[in-house]
Amino acid sequence: MNFKTKLGLGILAFFALIAVVGEWIAPYDPSAMSDDALSPPSGAHWFGTTMTGQDIFSQVLVGTRGVMVVGLVCGVLATILSILVGVTAGFLGGAADEALSMLSNIFLVIPALPLIIIVASMLPSADTVLIAAVISLTAWAWGARILRAQTMSLRRRDFVEAARASGERTWRIIVFEVLPNLLAVIGSGFVGTVIFAVMLQITLSFVGVISLSTWNWGTILFWAQSNQALGLGAWWWFVPAGLCIALLGTALALINFGIDEYANPRLRKVRA
Amino acid sequence: MTFLLRRAAFYLVTLWAAITANFLLPRLLPGDPVQAMITKLGGRLNSDAMASLYVLFGLDKNKSIWEQYVDYWAALVQGDLGLSFTFFPTPVADVLSQSMPWTLGLVGVTTVIAFLLGTLLGVYAGWKRGSWMDNLIPITTFLSSIPYFWLGLIAISVFSVTWPLFPASGGYAPGLVPEFSGEFIGSVLEHAVLPGVTIVVSSVAGWILGMRNMMVTVTAEDYVLVARAKGLTQKRIMFAYAARNAVLPSISGFALSLGFIVGGALLVEMVFSYPGLGYVLFQGIGAKDYPLMQGVFLVITLAVLVANLLADIGYLLLDPRTRREG
Repeated sequence: MNFKTKLGLGILAFFALIAVVGEWIAPYDPSAMSDDALSPPSGAHWFGTTMTGQDIFSQVLVGTRGVMVVGLVCGVLATILSILVGVTAGFLGGAADEALSMLSNIFLVIPALPLIIIVASMLPSADTVLIAAVISLTAWAWGARILRAQTMSLRRRDFVEAARASGERTWRIIVFEVLPNLLAVIGSGFVGTVIFAVMLQITLSFVGVISLSTWNWGTILFWAQSNQALGLGAWWWFVPAGLCIALLGTALALINFGIDEYANPRLRKVRA
Repeated sequence: MTFLLRRAAFYLVTLWAAITANFLLPRLLPGDPVQAMITKLGGRLNSDAMASLYVLFGLDKNKSIWEQYVDYWAALVQGDLGLSFTFFPTPVADVLSQSMPWTLGLVGVTTVIAFLLGTLLGVYAGWKRGSWMDNLIPITTFLSSIPYFWLGLIAISVFSVTWPLFPASGGYAPGLVPEFSGEFIGSVLEHAVLPGVTIVVSSVAGWILGMRNMMVTVTAEDYVLVARAKGLTQKRIMFAYAARNAVLPSISGFALSLGFIVGGALLVEMVFSYPGLGYVLFQGIGAKDYPLMQGVFLVITLAVLVANLLADIGYLLLDPRTRREG
């Protein structure tokens, strides 16, 4: 494991920890208003306060959980979907492959953001888990496409043919012969999906289509934008949440590089 | 030709899927927001407008779903997308045709710039692997992890609040009349700088990375070694041998990532109050203006499909294997 991968895992572990303990270590109630309105970062308020005197540091800490939960739930759901569709298509070939590939390509080509905005705003109660499920429905297609390609290259290999010749059932060949060889691809697909889901959730909160009653980093940005934080020069209102998003995204991308380099030795650093 | 026909057929199916999804969503999801809207607007709707909203949102319970579907298509073919609640009583189609050119201009130009710039940088980064260019990768990774809209917020805060170099919002200076004059075009360009740079900076990283990794893979191929052995110039090997082959996944990826990029670009428009489809969509969200939101979705999907077809033609020109008959 190289330095980049370790750095990525370290940052991810840090955010995972905050997601668990954030609510307990937050110095204030994130929704509690105070007289200390719109004050820049100080000893009492590390990230400053909002227009109504809410503590932004507490909002970021408490909001981490929502972000990580959606990322994880979407990652798991979408990865399962992509394995089901991608591996089945790649292994079976023929008409099943044509139909499933077409399905995933359609999901890839249709712009997901406007569609999800419509769905999210039509739902009467858009709570976190429901949103996670909706995001997963649009997030699986990329992974399915890559898994299909990889499975196709595996299904004519000798060890698969040997399993087939010895009369193994199809599902058994897929689970015990093919899947273990796809782990790196599945892993990087999972990480990529988490990035996608986190970005999408934050975006949806930012444009205000999902519930603002629970805190996440996008909600903070929504309030900053709708209260004209930019015009007031209140940079501390939107900078911390954005940096957290970028850090989390970078960490996940670094982990993905690690997986890519593990799977494709040509990408490893050359010693000059 | 077979290749293009296959692709065109696929895009038609995709378009059908998008339209059908648009038809089904308001009918499947609970709640009756459009009915509520119509009740609120009360007597201000004339009977034609009422009829078209009933067709588009399936409020007529006396018809079977199949009849509704046929009516829906009939309305779409006539370009009837209903009335916008936000810009009442303007038809959605009119709102869209006003904002469409702005989005096409901004997103189209910046996407092409980001693709060309990113691919070129990726070619160099992959060719000169192990040099300082490798440092581009972590930087661009960080940049691509930033949400488009947040980068837009930062750009406004730095370049129009702290140092007022560029305007923070709008598509042209208020008070100007859209016309073909130097002053108006200058104003449009000035207003496009910040949103444009934002889109390029956040989308360029993906192209750099993809191209670099393909270049690294291709550079190890035998035909590159042969080209070197023949004593061809570095530039020729880099572009005509390595890059030409390495760019193929980027182009097929272009088609598939376009939907994603357009989503991000819509948000940039929201942040900059740029008079394109993204800003219209944003205004629609606030007012729960479903006819408008669905119209935006359809138009964007159509634009993405057309762009995809163009990318396919580019692919056809670059890769002779796709031209083979059969």
